[in-house]
Amino acid sequence: MHQIINFLIRYKTFLLYILLMIISLALTIQSHSYHQSKFFNSSNWVTGGIYQTTYNITSYFDLKTENKKLLEDNTKLRQYLYNSKRTESIALDTTTIGYTVISGQVIKNSYSNQHNYITINKGKKDSLKQDMGVITDKGILGIIENTSSNYASIQSILNLHSNINAKIKNTDHFGSLIWDTKEYNTVQLIDIPRLVPLTIGDTIVTGAMSSIFPENIPIGTIKKFNLDTSKSFFNIDVALFNDMTNIKNIYVIVNRNRTEILELEKETVANDQH
Amino acid sequence: MINTNFFINILRFTLLVLVQVMVFNRLNFFGFINPMVYILFLYWFPIKENRAAFIGLSFLLGLSIDFLSDTMAIHAASTVTIAYLRPAIMRFIFGVNLEFQSFRLGNTTKIQQITFLALLIIVHHLVFFTLEVFSFANVLLILKKAFVTGLATLILCLLFSTLFSVEKE
Repeated sequence: MHQIINFLIRYKTFLLYILLMIISLALTIQSHSYHQSKFFNSSNWVTGGIYQTTYNITSYFDLKTENKKLLEDNTKLRQYLYNSKRTESIALDTTTIGYTVISGQVIKNSYSNQHNYITINKGKKDSLKQDMGVITDKGILGIIENTSSNYASIQSILNLHSNINAKIKNTDHFGSLIWDTKEYNTVQLIDIPRLVPLTIGDTIVTGAMSSIFPENIPIGTIKKFNLDTSKSFFNIDVALFNDMTNIKNIYVIVNRNRTEILELEKETVANDQH
Repeated sequence: MINTNFFINILRFTLLVLVQVMVFNRLNFFGFINPMVYILFLYWFPIKENRAAFIGLSFLLGLSIDFLSDTMAIHAASTVTIAYLRPAIMRFIFGVNLEFQSFRLGNTTKIQQITFLALLIIVHHLVFFTLEVFSFANVLLILKKAFVTGLATLILCLLFSTLFSVEKE
């Protein structure tokens, strides 16, 4: 007994180091194998508050450019509105629309790590939930991962865990959008069959297979493509429309039919197993 | 004496965390270089203090930066490592001088100070990027990131340490 205590006293710094190291490694490895940790993220009220304060100060510096961007976005939408044949009276019946949109601002952005997360200043109070899609006026941004009452953290498309259904515009050939962590302006589209005719410059948009994003939200254009090791699928480099280094105003897309779709899918799988 | 030291360290801790997350994590020089100036806390920390407390504080420092930059516990792991290795590194660089009661960082030569800081940064960055990339297939990527970011960190830390010199008298 005496010797054990002596041993503990002698090596106490080493033991402390090992203990703290194991704690941090456990936290890190857990996050590598699954999602972002529930507690250690920048959407809780302390860290969110710090970033909100910084945002309040720095947001004044680029009001002019942000206003210009919003104006451009409005122009585009108005043009679309005046040229659509739909009459206004039936357009906005809230019981029939499939998607609603909530706006927000980015208060923390990162793009140089392997697992990048973005924090926005909207949370549970604005009825945001996990697995809602986030876009900007130019293209997709990511998926909500965690929410606190006032903030939400988004898994950026620049994240090793990110996996989004995407397709080539005006066709129905779909694949998965992933990121190889190399460049912040390029993502990869995989699993597109070899027989699909591709041209550099083709537009990539979100596919219809996901219950998170609506179909046809722009992502980027084809920069380069080649066959993968099995020689039957394409690996496509996609140049993003979004400048991931400079994002302020974002829109969260709420799919009102998502729960229904998920329930149906779950039921079908359950029936299959009988 | 203990009290002023204590408060100076608390102040340093808070300021370094805030400066790190609000300024240097957003730098993204050449797209990926984010210098980690908070290592200065370990460089400046008094030598004669309790070792266990020092390791604990370093862990907290790393963890608070992890909280704010969504990096799990990578900063914590690498900071704890250099906190544990610091006495060994100091013995390697300062040798016998370390044993004297009057030993102070300010009394050593400039070269010794720079080597000390550089060794801390190298070890820290190697651990950090190994954990971040998390695959040994990408050893070259780890080395490249560690070297380039380390260089930026070293330059900035030297600038800061000359600006806010510890030994005034």
